[in-house]
Amino acid sequence: MFPLTEENKAVARLLLSTGTCPRCIFRFCGIDFHAPYRLPFKVCQKIETSGFEFTNLMFSVSFPPQVLVREHAAWLLVKQEMGKQSLSLGRSDVVQLKEAYKWIMHPLFSEELGVPIDGKSLFEVSVVFAHPETVEDCHFLGTVCPDCFKPAKNKQSVFTRMAVMKALNKIKEEEFRKQFPCPPNSPKAVCTVLEIECAHGAVFVAGRYNKYSRNLPQTPWIIDGERKLESSVEELISDHLLTVFKAESFNFSSSGREDVDVRTLGNGRPFAIELVNPHRVYFTSQEIKELQQKINKSSNKIQVRDLQLVTREAIGHMKEGEEEKTKTYSALIWTNKAIQKEDIEFLNDIKDLKIDQKTPLRVLHRRPLAVRMRVIHSMETHFVDEHHFRLCLKTQAGTYIKEFIHGDFGRTKPNIGSLMNVTADILELDVESVDVDWPPALND
Amino acid sequence: MATEPAAAGPAAPSLVDRYFTRWYKADVKGKPCEDHCVLQHSNRICVITLAESHPVLKSGKTIKSISYQISTNCSRLQNKVSGKFKRGAQFLTELAPLCKIYCSDGEEYTISSCVRGRLMEVNENILHKPSILQEKPSTEGYIAVVLPKFEESKSITEGLLTQKQYEEVLEKRTGGTTGAS
Repeated sequence: MFPLTEENKAVARLLLSTGTCPRCIFRFCGIDFHAPYRLPFKVCQKIETSGFEFTNLMFSVSFPPQVLVREHAAWLLVKQEMGKQSLSLGRSDVVQLKEAYKWIMHPLFSEELGVPIDGKSLFEVSVVFAHPETVEDCHFLGTVCPDCFKPAKNKQSVFTRMAVMKALNKIKEEEFRKQFPCPPNSPKAVCTVLEIECAHGAVFVAGRYNKYSRNLPQTPWIIDGERKLESSVEELISDHLLTVFKAESFNFSSSGREDVDVRTLGNGRPFAIELVNPHRVYFTSQEIKELQQKINKSSNKIQVRDLQLVTREAIGHMKEGEEEKTKTYSALIWTNKAIQKEDIEFLNDIKDLKIDQKTPLRVLHRRPLAVRMRVIHSMETHFVDEHHFRLCLKTQAGTYIKEFIHGDFGRTKPNIGSLMNVTADILELDVESVDVDWPPALND
Repeated sequence: MATEPAAAGPAAPSLVDRYFTRWYKADVKGKPCEDHCVLQHSNRICVITLAESHPVLKSGKTIKSISYQISTNCSRLQNKVSGKFKRGAQFLTELAPLCKIYCSDGEEYTISSCVRGRLMEVNENILHKPSILQEKPSTEGYIAVVLPKFEESKSITEGLLTQKQYEEVLEKRTGGTTGAS
């Protein structure tokens, strides 16, 4: 079906390699079949101007639903003719128009764009065709099988491909033949292109971040449409990625989260960012390293390490760790009563302390009320002065640390105040480590 | 992080001062000096407590018992909430009673909600150890937690006194009758 003859193919290939316009090549080879002139050119132009980076592509076409009706009519005729010669034929023995179209077009595209067509490619080019002249071909199905065509909110017409297919499966052969000519009449005009769209599947970037500010939320802090603080961890990182990957939008996720006034030190907190519809996707590890440096130079409130491209599946490792793994913290604690070094030393000996935490008042408005058992694996005290000490804790993930210190109106039991028989309050909190070994550490 | 060792008070404001706004209701249900204090968190949750001027907190009082059984067939202890949307909560009006406090001198006090909203929990710790109500009335000795409706989170405190207005009420009280010991 490919319009070029075998000997012309070599000529075309040569001309193509010199950068000659494909339409001119067709003309040069004396092709007067018009369809190939129009579509590949239009589509290729669209692909080029869209600015996507790709090494292969998935090509999808959407034909008008009435093609199904016409195919059905053609199939009934073929079946009848074969029957006359005592040959039987299955529905799948007839090549669908869509398949035939792909066989014709894929080599054309592949050659024109210089990349293979791959059904698994993340880069998708989709073309939607319409054929106004034959739109009414489907309409008789509406009266024959009215229950297949229920109006839906976001559908312009009830005659969707799925509905038409369902009706064609139901309709009796004689009924169909009564309503529709077999073979179908030949249309006068060719299909028109309704839209050509290019899109790239999401890519994922992961890393670890440190947060050195006590005035920086993890995600934008907006109450009643009003912004409380001008920036956030997610924006400080993602804004750079959006620009470099030329993506449409992003989704940020991380292994747990910290409060606005809590710093995250040590090796940082694992995070992953989904970049939606990225135009640039191929980067060397050197380029990613430079991107990380760019992020780190732009702000002293956060720093990023181990930045890397990851797969969608790998992100699961990060979320697994969220509930099971341990975290270590450092808290600066104030006590109302004067303390001596000896008064806090007993905390060092407490191991795997079980505590009952009622949902903290500060989050009760958006979380269910429950009592959760958590484990404080170990504690280490550092005396500061008679009203202050520093407490390093290793705890089960999901423990509310601030509440364990001040007790949250006695709703976390036991708490540091009750253990020491004082009123305790937390002045500063730092996350020292999030013990999740993903993403893999890089030597950078 | 400069943490100048403070002599007695914390360097930073207390937990209550950091996250809550104090609202007061004086002479609840017309009973002199029975003042309540509502701590409203910035997330709209209200913690109902006794104001420091409440007779129960006056020196010499001993609490005999506390009961959340507010009528023969309604106990605040039966309140149960489930899920993110806290289904099944008892609904409280401003005047709804929360508990009764019985003192050893025979006096009996009813504590009211003061704000409209749904009851999240009552403080069962004060049943076992009533003295914490007197020792730490605005933290561990709280009475109950109430979640106002989202759209009423501002309006529910309109009829209540601010810290300043409450202090003025106290001043007038001591100025008018010097009898209070």
